[in-house]
Amino acid sequence: MSASVEDVANAMYEMVKEYHGKKNLKALDLTKAMIQKFGEDQVDKKLCKQAIRQLIDSGKCTYSYVGGSYIVLPPES
Amino acid sequence: MATKVRETPMLDELTKGPWPSFVREIKKSAEDGKEAANDLLGVLERSYHEKIGHWKHGGIVGVMGYGGGVIGRYNDLPEEFPHVAHFHTLRVNQPSGWFYTSDILRKICDIWDKHGSGITNFHGSTGDMVLLGCRTEALEPVFAELTELGFDLGGSGSDMRTPSCCCGKARCEWACYDTMNACYDITMHFQDELHRPAFPYKYKFKFAGCGNDCVASIARSDCAVIGTWKDDIQIDQAAVAEYAKGGGIDIQKHVVERCPAGCMSFDGSKLEINNDDCMKCMHCINALPKALAPGKERGATILIGAKAPIIGGALLSSVFVPFLEMEPPYEDLKELTEAIWDLWGEHGKNRERVGEFIQRIGLGNFLEQIGLEPTPEMVVHPRTNPYIFFELDEEE
Repeated sequence: MSASVEDVANAMYEMVKEYHGKKNLKALDLTKAMIQKFGEDQVDKKLCKQAIRQLIDSGKCTYSYVGGSYIVLPPES
Repeated sequence: MATKVRETPMLDELTKGPWPSFVREIKKSAEDGKEAANDLLGVLERSYHEKIGHWKHGGIVGVMGYGGGVIGRYNDLPEEFPHVAHFHTLRVNQPSGWFYTSDILRKICDIWDKHGSGITNFHGSTGDMVLLGCRTEALEPVFAELTELGFDLGGSGSDMRTPSCCCGKARCEWACYDTMNACYDITMHFQDELHRPAFPYKYKFKFAGCGNDCVASIARSDCAVIGTWKDDIQIDQAAVAEYAKGGGIDIQKHVVERCPAGCMSFDGSKLEINNDDCMKCMHCINALPKALAPGKERGATILIGAKAPIIGGALLSSVFVPFLEMEPPYEDLKELTEAIWDLWGEHGKNRERVGEFIQRIGLGNFLEQIGLEPTPEMVVHPRTNPYIFFELDEEE
């Protein structure tokens, strides 16, 4: 694995921003997209999990519940 | 001066029986000056008249870093019922086996009286302590004070829900493994999955020490871990004779003839069990507790796929691992769980429980993907459809 947690968290954040108001993304949607974007040799599920944690702990994204649990931008964004 | 408690003629009907009444309890709270309880009565009375619910569910509400543990609820009549405009629920991870000291319960109630409605539900069907009704701005202070007491939030949304267990070896001689330890270990091992929802839908664990299944795991959990044994039921024939002599129980009628496997016989003094046919149902052991006990080679059966009827109908779980030794650190259970989560996470549909997923893709495919060999114990009943064909290599 050579992609960093930070790189993946940033790419996830960009994706959440891009889809904001259009489609709710689940943690797994982000994980699949990152593996596709960076490649299986660069990114795995474990790294994506760490990236999601960083994304949420930093306050850049938050969880929402709309039938299922999604990762979204915080309300003030 | 205390606010006048709302008139609730329809709800009052629910206080008239000899049984406990949630209306009576909420009214007591309203009479004590809890405005939220008073407004809660008002909105509920109105719903009973109109036959319309006034709650909105979900949204972006929670504590920093967590995706579970808080269930957002808002009222759609905030001007009329301002004290329940926000009425969020907190799920608090209960101790294994639901053991508390009275001191800790008082402290939890004090926190909830200070920041929330003061109304609780001990416990929710998943097992958590449920603190009902607070405003968004109260969530972080409640969380901080609960954390200081040593408590954490439980699960909600598409995550691993708070695991729960029976009291196991703490109070029950039938427990075939240490349910409380297993529950605690799994809870701590899967903290990320508990607090950060990443599944297609919820996933519940329940740990029952024996086939009596006091936590209803077989019907209420995606993964039921039910204590069982491999060897023979332990029999104390002298105690059997005592039961026969005492006349308090008709062993033939109430034990032998009620054995679902028909594997017992009684000649008036000696009880024989054909253990190969025993289903480990616990009936005979419950009926003759001084004479019978589970065998000595103890462990658990792992069953997967139960759910209550929310989106689809109810499902009971199916046997996946007939016997697993349940010793810390429970590596086999953790490995199996991760294999299931990987497959279900990858291919499960949104809001599809793992039992529904197995039904959709077929048990055979599911087993193949998670790397488990099929065993006869997984078969619920013989096939009823004769139009099933096997591949040539399978026949060979």
